[in-house]
Amino acid sequence: MTDTMTDILLLTIGSFGILIALTFLGEVLRAREDPGFNNPVLDTYMTRVQSWWGMVAFVGFALLMGRIGVMVLFAFASFAALREFLTLTTKAQADHLSLALGFFAVLPLQYVFVGLGWDGLYSIFIPVYAFLLLPIVSALRGNPDRFLMRVAETQWALMIAVFCVSHVPALMNLDISGYGDRSLLLVAFLVMVVQFGDLLEYFFGRRVGRTQIAPGLSPKTWEGVLCGVGSAMLVGALLNWITPFGVFGAMAMAGTASLVGMFGSLVVASIKRDRGVKDWSHLIPGQGGFVDQLDSVIFAAPIFYHLTKYFYT
Amino acid sequence: MSANPSDHRHNCPAPFPGGGAFCFSIVPPFAKVGSMKFLRQFAARIVGQSIRIFARAITAVRADWKGIEPVPRQRVYFANHTSNADMPMIWSVLPPSMRRTVRPVAAADYWLKNKIRAFVGPEVFNCVLVDRRPEVKDKPMDKIIAALDEGSSLIIFPEGNRNMTDDPLLPFKAGLYNMGVARPEVDLVPTWVANLTEIMPKGEIIPLPLICTVTFGEPIHVRDDESKDDFLKRASDALLAQRPEVRT
Repeated sequence: MTDTMTDILLLTIGSFGILIALTFLGEVLRAREDPGFNNPVLDTYMTRVQSWWGMVAFVGFALLMGRIGVMVLFAFASFAALREFLTLTTKAQADHLSLALGFFAVLPLQYVFVGLGWDGLYSIFIPVYAFLLLPIVSALRGNPDRFLMRVAETQWALMIAVFCVSHVPALMNLDISGYGDRSLLLVAFLVMVVQFGDLLEYFFGRRVGRTQIAPGLSPKTWEGVLCGVGSAMLVGALLNWITPFGVFGAMAMAGTASLVGMFGSLVVASIKRDRGVKDWSHLIPGQGGFVDQLDSVIFAAPIFYHLTKYFYT
Repeated sequence: MSANPSDHRHNCPAPFPGGGAFCFSIVPPFAKVGSMKFLRQFAARIVGQSIRIFARAITAVRADWKGIEPVPRQRVYFANHTSNADMPMIWSVLPPSMRRTVRPVAAADYWLKNKIRAFVGPEVFNCVLVDRRPEVKDKPMDKIIAALDEGSSLIIFPEGNRNMTDDPLLPFKAGLYNMGVARPEVDLVPTWVANLTEIMPKGEIIPLPLICTVTFGEPIHVRDDESKDDFLKRASDALLAQRPEVRT
């Protein structure tokens, strides 16, 4: 077994350890309640913990499968996210072909390019080629009604659900000197610091949150975000042994990713609020859809990718 | 999805012929006629599961139980009709115990057109097939009432035909009212199937894998002294109210 595999196993087992503790905590709290009484907060918490079990199992398994496993997992995540996004966007029958191309051509091709490691192409494929070509396909059908809205929203969906998500597995392509094949671990690092940051932001926001960042949009508070980013930096420092960043570098990268992610989920909340939905879908019990769960990772991924590329390769 | 096989045995005898999904106890597998029936039922069950899995994979179809609980109770689900996939979508989101007692009301001329349809319609979906030609003696409403009296729930499309217009609903036919008057205790549940027109618009070949939502609203009943037109108007409004917010 290689060092990378050992480290992934360690991380997975560590995450399972945390989940066992969280599940135990929930069961203790539940045992202390009156049998007839249902506490909605506790129920939500327990459903979420159960979903996390599933997620840790999936991500852990994908990482152990190596490159192919991670590629397949995130390609499916992209597909689920794109479906959630495009269900809510403005569209007309004239867009049918360009939407079908988005699902069945752009998405798979982007992952093929990431898989082949053609970073020159996967960095521009959606922002340049899809951006210019898909509106042409829509225009050929000759329906100008709300045209700009339709093509802009479709492009947004592809950028968020395909381009950004694909930058998580793209981390495996980064050639960092002295780091070897361990770039797989960057995927684990990014997902863990961002998700832990979110979790603790939620926790601290409920405890000490006072000043709302965007009232009427999201319950997020400056205090919560500060504590969340601080916690993400701490987790980053603890995990620095799997990164090429060093302790302080790992803290800075974790803090940046977490901060971008948190503001990213504000953007996603605005879209949801505009479309009058609470969740993107009901795919993950207790969490809503893929986009609800991954919003901060989605926003953090391209920035984390490019910062790593700029400073460490 | 369904629980262990012993569940099915508890459901026998089925409330109507062939309704129990999988009745080992009443089908002697080695009798000659019995084994044929057993095989057909087995095939029907496999096909039914495949349709469910296919519907879930393509459209991630989900149920929104807004006005009712997903419990086995006799109901008539009345739904909007824009595509041939409407009925399989509603059927797919019902939990197994409800799916076993629900019977879609469908046109005989469509489902008996060829051998495959004649298998899928009556045996997989367990349709109540009605013949809408006026010269036929076997009146649709008699078959529908008979199915209700057997304890089945029904899925019906009160617009009568597929809605090919830009209006959200066509005017309802009288059938829903007649059912409500004949069997007033049965809950009439407005059921909106959303997004199917975008998933597969007329004339397109490739379906888009968007999310299809089936929304179940609060049940309605025919009120005392309510006229047919008033009731049908109220039923139509109740169905429109289940429509998720549309952006224009």
